[in-house]
Amino acid sequence: MMVRRPLVAFLATCFVALALTACGDDSSSAGAKCFDKPTTPAIASDVAKTATKGTSITLVTHDSFALSDGTLEKFTAQTGIEVKLLKSDDAGAMVSQAVITTGKPTADVMFGIDNTFLCKALEANVFQSYESPALANVAKDLQLDPYHRVTPMDIGDVCVNYWKDSFASGKAPASFDDLTKPEFKNQFVTEHPDTSSPGFAFLLATIAKYGDKGWESYWRKLRDNGVAIANGWTEAYSEQFKSGGGDKSIVTSYASSPAAEVVFSEGKLTEPPTGLINETCFRQIEFAGVLRGSAHPEAAAALVDFLLSDTVQSDIPLNMFVFPASKTAAVPAEFSKHAKLVDKPLTLDPATIEANRIDWTERWAKVALR
Amino acid sequence: MGKGRAALTTRGNVPRGPQSRVARLAMVAVPLCFFAIFFAYPVATILDRGLGRRGRHNIADLFTDGQLRSVLWFTLWQAVVSTLLTLAVGLPAARALARYRFTGKAIVRALVVVPFALPTVVIGGAINALIDRFGLDDGPVRLYHTTWAILLAHVIFNVAVIVRVVGGYWALLDDRVDESAQMLGASRWRVFVEIDLPRLRPAITAACAIVFLFCFTSFGVILLLGGPRQATIESEIWRYAVQRTDFHTAALLSAFQLGAVIAMVAAATLLERRIGRLTGHGRVAAPRRLSTSRERARAAASLAPTVVLVALPLASLVERSLVVRGGHGFDNYRALGSRQRASSTLLVPPIEAVRNSLLTATVATLIGLVVGGLAAGAIVYGRRAVARVLDIGLMLPLGTSAVTLGFGFLIALDEPPLDLRTSWILIPLAQALVAIPFVVRIVVPALRSIDDRLRDAATVLGASPQRVWRHVDWPVAARAASAAAAFAFAISLGEFGATSFLARPDAPTIPIAMFRLLSQPGAALRGMAMALAVILGALVMLATLVVERFRPRSSVSL
Repeated sequence: MMVRRPLVAFLATCFVALALTACGDDSSSAGAKCFDKPTTPAIASDVAKTATKGTSITLVTHDSFALSDGTLEKFTAQTGIEVKLLKSDDAGAMVSQAVITTGKPTADVMFGIDNTFLCKALEANVFQSYESPALANVAKDLQLDPYHRVTPMDIGDVCVNYWKDSFASGKAPASFDDLTKPEFKNQFVTEHPDTSSPGFAFLLATIAKYGDKGWESYWRKLRDNGVAIANGWTEAYSEQFKSGGGDKSIVTSYASSPAAEVVFSEGKLTEPPTGLINETCFRQIEFAGVLRGSAHPEAAAALVDFLLSDTVQSDIPLNMFVFPASKTAAVPAEFSKHAKLVDKPLTLDPATIEANRIDWTERWAKVALR
Repeated sequence: MGKGRAALTTRGNVPRGPQSRVARLAMVAVPLCFFAIFFAYPVATILDRGLGRRGRHNIADLFTDGQLRSVLWFTLWQAVVSTLLTLAVGLPAARALARYRFTGKAIVRALVVVPFALPTVVIGGAINALIDRFGLDDGPVRLYHTTWAILLAHVIFNVAVIVRVVGGYWALLDDRVDESAQMLGASRWRVFVEIDLPRLRPAITAACAIVFLFCFTSFGVILLLGGPRQATIESEIWRYAVQRTDFHTAALLSAFQLGAVIAMVAAATLLERRIGRLTGHGRVAAPRRLSTSRERARAAASLAPTVVLVALPLASLVERSLVVRGGHGFDNYRALGSRQRASSTLLVPPIEAVRNSLLTATVATLIGLVVGGLAAGAIVYGRRAVARVLDIGLMLPLGTSAVTLGFGFLIALDEPPLDLRTSWILIPLAQALVAIPFVVRIVVPALRSIDDRLRDAATVLGASPQRVWRHVDWPVAARAASAAAAFAFAISLGEFGATSFLARPDAPTIPIAMFRLLSQPGAALRGMAMALAVILGALVMLATLVVERFRPRSSVSL
């Protein structure tokens, strides 16, 4: 038996590890509805002023987060609070990580959770309420959470884009129905709603448009018209779409993609090579929030205020290709020339989205991937 | 030949390793602690947490739900077929590289490692582009979004493991036996089957186990090349955990995956042990020059499948990095140095990503060499039970979902003194977990292949145990370790899964920078991403060439 001892010791280590984790903190109030009144008390609105200099806080965000050089440093100069930036893979991964670490967050503030993921985080009790004074400048209809656990930051649309050169003038697709017509057969690529957030937004757009009864039959028509499904935005846009050298002329992307094409062309383009099908646009609102369990809620609140200030809000468009949530922010002409928000975007209630997410994607797979 | 084979196999005593107590303790304690803290504990934590939640599927669904069952079945069979195909393509190349000397040999050896090290998104994209170019995306022979594309990609990615692990071992085998057999009239095929194959079995088993684990846990290839209809356990774990936040189903699948991997690794180790110790180091064969044109043609034919499969996507990648508006040029490379162009996407000039990558990879390689090297020592010289736990345990990270491990890190390493969740060291640690199995799998067979008679002879001649270890075992171990280091470094340079999954301070590595550039529209950024990929590939080749250049010469000869 002497020989076996290391093995026993090793197994014992494993069991100790298991036992330790069994008493871990998992205080997510399972079963809570998205917009139920939160049990954690709110951070007082004037608390931001009391934030102490020399504190260091962490901002977790998704991979598309970007601001001009020195923007976050301005916050440090104003308040004496250091900000460390943590980047997660994409919004989905960021929210999942926040849900599993709820109450013991890896950061103090999260930036970039959108309305399609919002209720997932709210139901898992990820955020702590904080009503920023700067909300005075934000339209009421953007403030989806009545308890201000999250604060609106920016607005964008997911829309079907098309490559202008592929179509004679006046012959480009212009509606949901066009995508099912023979002249656009095999030309449309969209993303898998279960693996890509624009893909999910487009599925939501079809549900918002055709209703719970009708969207599956629309997708059946799309399938019969040869819609291609890519697993992610990069594969769809940069591999299969004309812009990336592929042979598809229609793709699900963002309302700002045409503007991004111009800005990222390094001055070689003055007009975008792509256009939008306005009817297909689904509204995405991104939020920031103080993570529950943050050791420095007052500093975190100060950062939320700063993110909603004109300094950051005016810097958002050309860096993240979305519109600022604040009405007082300036939108650079270079951006607004090629990008605009559609007048009547499609939307769905975040609670409805969360309640049906799995059901919808599974029903979608049965129709679209058959 | 029966007699010859028997003579090659000896079941010697456990060889004597270093005698100092500190060294012996370190050999066991360091790898065990590392494994317990950075693998067993996080994985156990996340499985426990996940299984305690509610989810869409319960355990019975694994066996009754049609969709889940087909995922499990597909994962298994594609991994088996991919491994066999990789072996079939890689083995002839391994032989040619082990036995012959020719111009450009070092380049070929380094080249095969490049796809293995590059992030899937790059090679996968290149393979898709090739499929498109050869008109295989539609029509009678359709590769695009098929199982065939997955198998092909798995061969391209993993052939390096066969070529390097088996080839490296092959080069250590005495080739006089082959020559005598051939002189006595045995056909080349017969020599291969009856002499080479049995002697190579430890290396083949080890290499195949690694390839199998990579294919079994394949993720990027499945999503990128398989299209939306193909799914493996790994991609389902990701989908459930990351996209659906259904940790229960993800944990169920992880537990199943882990169970299957433990069974597989245990079987492989058992097989390896059954083979016994093979003493091949009678004389390390010096590779021969190719003398006749027939020999040259044969060597070329052996190398061709591997080289073509590896070179085509790489060539396509280089070509794509040179595409600029209206022709070809080096604009994309020039753009990498400027902060201006990509500043909003990356926050740092892309070239800084090269520095970050080199730093992370160096740290990961050092951790991997120390922990893996000590573990190899414990496995060869240590007590049997310890050896077994380490032998099997250290392989498991290769067969564990990056998502499971990543989530495990997040919820397990959250208390001082181990609050590493947002520390930069977490990335090299995660990469080292993947690198360690390579170190172990390459060093262990090399140490075991040392002829006990050599040690006995040295002892009889009056050498102290330390001296025997230093002069007999160490040179072989160091040589194998340097080959392993090249692998570890290459893996870390290109590692994407853990690096991207773990939220990290903003110091992007090359794969991360590339991914971010690809996440924005615009030909300019895509061109820069391709240029970065080419630089990464060049770095991998360079690292491999440098390590080979400076590896210690084996001094073992009788």
